Amino acid sequence: MTDQALDTPRREPAILRALKSIALMRESVVGMIGFALVLFWVLVAIFADFLAPYLPNAQDVTMIYAAPGSVASNGGTYLLGADDLGRDILSRIIHGARRVLTYAPLATFCAYLVGVPMGLAAGYRRGWIDDVLSFIANIILSFPVLVLYVIVISTFGASAVNIVIAVTFASAPGIFRIVRGLTLDLRTREYVFAAETRGESPWYIMLVEILPNARGPLIVDVCLRVGYVIITIGVLGFLGLGLPPPDPDWGGMINETRSMAMIFPWMAVFPCIAISSLVLGFNLLADGLREVSLRD
Amino acid sequence: MLVFVVRRLGTMVLTMVVVSILLFLVLEINVEGVAVKVLGPYSSEEQRNLWLDRNGYFDPLHERYVRWLGNALVGDFGDSVRFRVPVSQVLWPRLGNTGILALATMMVVIPLSLGLGVLAGMREGSKLDRSISITSIVTTSVPEFASAVLISAVFVFWLGILPGTSSMTDGFSIVQLILPVMVLVLYDFGYVTRMTRASMAEVMTTHYIRTAVLKGLPYKTVIVRHALRNALIAPFTVIMLQINWLLSGVIVVEFFFAYKGFGALLLEASLNQDIFLIEACAMVAVFVAVGTQMLADVGYTYLNPRIRFA
Amino acid sequence: MATHGTDTDGPILECRNLSLSYFTRAGEIPAVVDFNLTLGPGESVGLVGESGCGKSTVALGIMRYMGHNGGIVGGQVIYKGTDLATLGEEEIRQLRGNEISMVYQEPMASLNPSMTLGKQLMEVPLYHEQVSEREAYDRAHSILGDVKIPDPERVMTSYPHQVSGGQQQRVVIAMALLSNPSLLLLDEPTTALDVTVEAGIIELIRELSGKFNTSMIYISHNLGLILATCDRVNVMYSGVVVEEGSVGEVFDHMRHPYTKGLFSAIPLPGADKTTHPLVPIRGQLPLPHERPPGCYFGPRCDFFQAGRCDQTTTLGTIEMFSVEGEAGHQVRCLRWDDIDWEAYQPEGLAGETLERGKEVLAVKDMRKYYELRDNSIAAMITGKRVRYIKANESISFKAHECETVAIVGESGCGKSTFAKVLMGLETATAGEVIFNGQDIANLPVQKRSPEQIGSMQMVFQNPFDTLNPSHSVGAQLARVIRKFGVESDKHKVEQRVMELLDLVKLPRDFARRRPRQLSGGQKQRVGIARAFAGNPAMVVADEPVSALDVSVQAAVTGLLMDIQRTYRTTLLFISHDLSLVRYLADRVVVMYLGSIMEQGATDEVFAPPYHPYTEALLSAVPIADTSIEKKRIILEGSLPSVLDPPKGCPFNTRCPRHRGTICETERPPQVEFSSGHVIACHIPRDELEAMEPVIIQVKKDRPAAQ
Repeated sequence: MTDQALDTPRREPAILRALKSIALMRESVVGMIGFALVLFWVLVAIFADFLAPYLPNAQDVTMIYAAPGSVASNGGTYLLGADDLGRDILSRIIHGARRVLTYAPLATFCAYLVGVPMGLAAGYRRGWIDDVLSFIANIILSFPVLVLYVIVISTFGASAVNIVIAVTFASAPGIFRIVRGLTLDLRTREYVFAAETRGESPWYIMLVEILPNARGPLIVDVCLRVGYVIITIGVLGFLGLGLPPPDPDWGGMINETRSMAMIFPWMAVFPCIAISSLVLGFNLLADGLREVSLRD
Repeated sequence: MLVFVVRRLGTMVLTMVVVSILLFLVLEINVEGVAVKVLGPYSSEEQRNLWLDRNGYFDPLHERYVRWLGNALVGDFGDSVRFRVPVSQVLWPRLGNTGILALATMMVVIPLSLGLGVLAGMREGSKLDRSISITSIVTTSVPEFASAVLISAVFVFWLGILPGTSSMTDGFSIVQLILPVMVLVLYDFGYVTRMTRASMAEVMTTHYIRTAVLKGLPYKTVIVRHALRNALIAPFTVIMLQINWLLSGVIVVEFFFAYKGFGALLLEASLNQDIFLIEACAMVAVFVAVGTQMLADVGYTYLNPRIRFA
Repeated sequence: MATHGTDTDGPILECRNLSLSYFTRAGEIPAVVDFNLTLGPGESVGLVGESGCGKSTVALGIMRYMGHNGGIVGGQVIYKGTDLATLGEEEIRQLRGNEISMVYQEPMASLNPSMTLGKQLMEVPLYHEQVSEREAYDRAHSILGDVKIPDPERVMTSYPHQVSGGQQQRVVIAMALLSNPSLLLLDEPTTALDVTVEAGIIELIRELSGKFNTSMIYISHNLGLILATCDRVNVMYSGVVVEEGSVGEVFDHMRHPYTKGLFSAIPLPGADKTTHPLVPIRGQLPLPHERPPGCYFGPRCDFFQAGRCDQTTTLGTIEMFSVEGEAGHQVRCLRWDDIDWEAYQPEGLAGETLERGKEVLAVKDMRKYYELRDNSIAAMITGKRVRYIKANESISFKAHECETVAIVGESGCGKSTFAKVLMGLETATAGEVIFNGQDIANLPVQKRSPEQIGSMQMVFQNPFDTLNPSHSVGAQLARVIRKFGVESDKHKVEQRVMELLDLVKLPRDFARRRPRQLSGGQKQRVGIARAFAGNPAMVVADEPVSALDVSVQAAVTGLLMDIQRTYRTTLLFISHDLSLVRYLADRVVVMYLGSIMEQGATDEVFAPPYHPYTEALLSAVPIADTSIEKKRIILEGSLPSVLDPPKGCPFNTRCPRHRGTICETERPPQVEFSSGHVIACHIPRDELEAMEPVIIQVKKDRPAAQ
């Protein structure tokens, strides 16, 4: 980062290094299961157009509440059944994956964009900056999360942008706290002291000397947080405050069919399995990464 | 210690004030909007102005805020638009119902997660530890609404042994409480278990546990006298903060099972833009959250002699 | 009191061909191989060696406490005739803390933070002898008296963090002795403590082992402490004992090249940087799974014979040989008999003394106070809300070109604050710091020019975090070169990085390495290279070798002095290690609680007249030389807190030569004894001049260590 000339000869491309760290995960069975689950859904999301047998919003009145495995009049099979409007549940789940895997990482990324610099500044500079930022973070965190989401989104309206903003707003303080804690620890290292004695600027110290050494715990946190944001988006959809219909959204699918769920349970059960498996993937991946990082 | 408690109380009050200002600004800065929400979208301009004037909405913002806060402090949040009665009449019974739900959940979560966490943390890396850890990861990965669907599918749809709704229309019923509590427990216990496990595992590797073992104390004594006391300080805080999480959980669960509680009320109020009810619910939620947080901090300090006698 | 005592005639403990291993993902890691030991009643034996040599593992192996991934893989541990491997969990539990007990390195970490010390002490008799609470209390109370704790009642009801480090360790020792054990294991019991506190603990251990007639195994990396406490010694290297014998035999007539190497690498009183320089042991300690065939020390040994010393054996390494004529003296060396020690004169990095040049640094009456706001109610009422921590009080001294000035003191003496003011991370409260003709006392680092910053740099203490683990060695050096404006052209920067690596004798391809691929000594070399990147006039070295093993210490110290000679750099050497200071410093400044107690040329400070604190420090330093005798001065009490320093002379609360009220009320005058030798003390001049030396050489005939 500081001097390309000396760093480049040995430095592998980022992708290669990422692959290597995944290869390290081989030692953690749990981590590999998590990785496989996440990879599965990512591939599903990317190739949704090829994988889904029907268009996600295509309705077939003859197939309303069709049970899993039903065969339509035109010969197509509704593998996971159909919903109250006769839409193929499998196709909706496949397209829903694309939607959730777009917004959840995006919202997490935005939250990091806000939380990381603030955490670095508070942890490194301390003093009044720390006092003010920590107080703000504590206020936001003192709200029960979902109460916050429900009030904010019901007031400003349920749209993709508002959801991303709300998630950023509610997650950034948590990221702030983690980064601040790591920074408070790392700032006492002698290499930081060495950088100070040679008159480096505070932002150089925070970004070049401190942040790269905090990446281990932060990568684990990213996985956990993406998983949690997926739950959040799902819950909002379930409460009717999620991404706007008619495009499929796993939480929304359950909300739409909730009243009939006890009579035709497949409408709700399969989206539930989808979201749970994706979140489980991220959580197991985080656990595996933590296990591997503790090892060396 | 006393200074610390007083200072924490001060922070708590300050937080509540800031939250109330934010809440007030978000919901009431647009006077026109308030009138629309209260009188409905089909009210005339004249009606709205009349109502606004009568309720002092043309006064400066800070005066309105102080008046609002004063009323809120004595429990007067105004009338619910939807229920057409004072907010407090709706709020308190609902809060009581949620209290029952939360209490039942905590009574299961605390012993279960502390027990499992200690068992897992005692022998880090053992088979028991791995299975407890994985189980807790799996259960925290299933969102409440998903587990509600899946559990209902099993107990209501297939087995048909439990009721699928908990509206308690015919009076209080323990049977109707089982499913909501089960869902909340399933999602919550994993987190507390993992925190307890981490804390216990950390304590087990400390040098003072080594000292206790090499002092020749029986293993049981090492665990009970030396490990537990130190290992349970962190989970105490986690449990107190779990009440905050529970306030989120009840929204989903009460909505799903049609349980007449605080969470369902808040959601209903939000969806209907029942403005004064939202304000009241939010203030109550934040009060509970901040209050438990303060108890957690004070308790942590009390349990930790290194801070208590600093 | 239970008397397990010494009723057996045979040895208390025998280890026979003991081998201990840890099992990790990477396979079996042999931590200790072929360990033999016989310990008689009342005997004390030392285990000495560098980090990673397996000495602590031996103690845990004897206690049968090696975690779930470690254990005995060969041989036996026999305690009073019983093989410990045959005992069940319950039987071993009854031995622990009762017959065999242990004292640990970190007293604070070894005590339960949420239980009073009294309760922790009382557990021992309560669980081992089922006595009543009352009796347990009385026993705990009386043993605290035995370990010289002045107020046992208070300590009994205190939590660990409420008593000082020295007192914590006394409590741990008391706990170990409560059941009158037959065997006491001490694992680096003083390493975490300041040197004057350490002296008190060592004195206590010596006294108690006599009083309780307990057999002891004393584990340490410090040869001086072994000399002070043990009858016999085992020198360990890479998991094996390489030499065993009485302290006299091993210290004066060592037979193993490694033992010889160790003694040549430590700054004993005979060593001198110009005539008898320290000799480092080349190479580095092999990792447990990368040990060479045959003799583990082979690759680093000057007497290595290919084809003989590297033959694989069934044992894994070579066996022990008995030294003829010296019963019990054994050595693990194939060539112990044919090495001509007289002819062996290993070369250290010597260099002629250089005349000191112009004045580089002049500190005049510098003070640094920190404000501390007290928010307690009491403080609000009395109005004393702001208190001052006097981190540095009236610091005055000078340093010249090519000179090494050592600042000596224990924790809390203000050395680090002083370094921060010098480097511009803090500004002085009052006084001047003239560096190269400019006052920098109030010039924070942001306002200094790159040249100014580059001309004063620092070498840090901890090799494990002196370099940023995220960046390559070369990138970190290049950054410094650019930052100080030495070079900016890409190729020239790279060229300069290579030169710096040459300077600190590291291979050039280290530029591409990450810090974690380097050993501690190598990292410290990179740290030195970084400090010298801007051609500094002065380098501040803050305990640069205290975290390194002795054999590496010598190499790094030698390198530092070598570079200093080349560039005529002023070296400000901050250290607590008086032996090292005596070896390399030209001038010494002794600090205590923020004030200078004494300063002068090295010879002057190490000879009478002394400041009473200097005298106590000198007496406290363990010296691994059997021909040295020291006057024994043990300081009472513990270091006062900087928050609440004593009035008058800062040292008055612990001073053995206390003169009455004047010491408690007035700051002592600066008395000049010769040009530049100043002592701050109330004791009259003639009385100070009449002091006797603390360190006395008794056996003149013995050749000084080389």
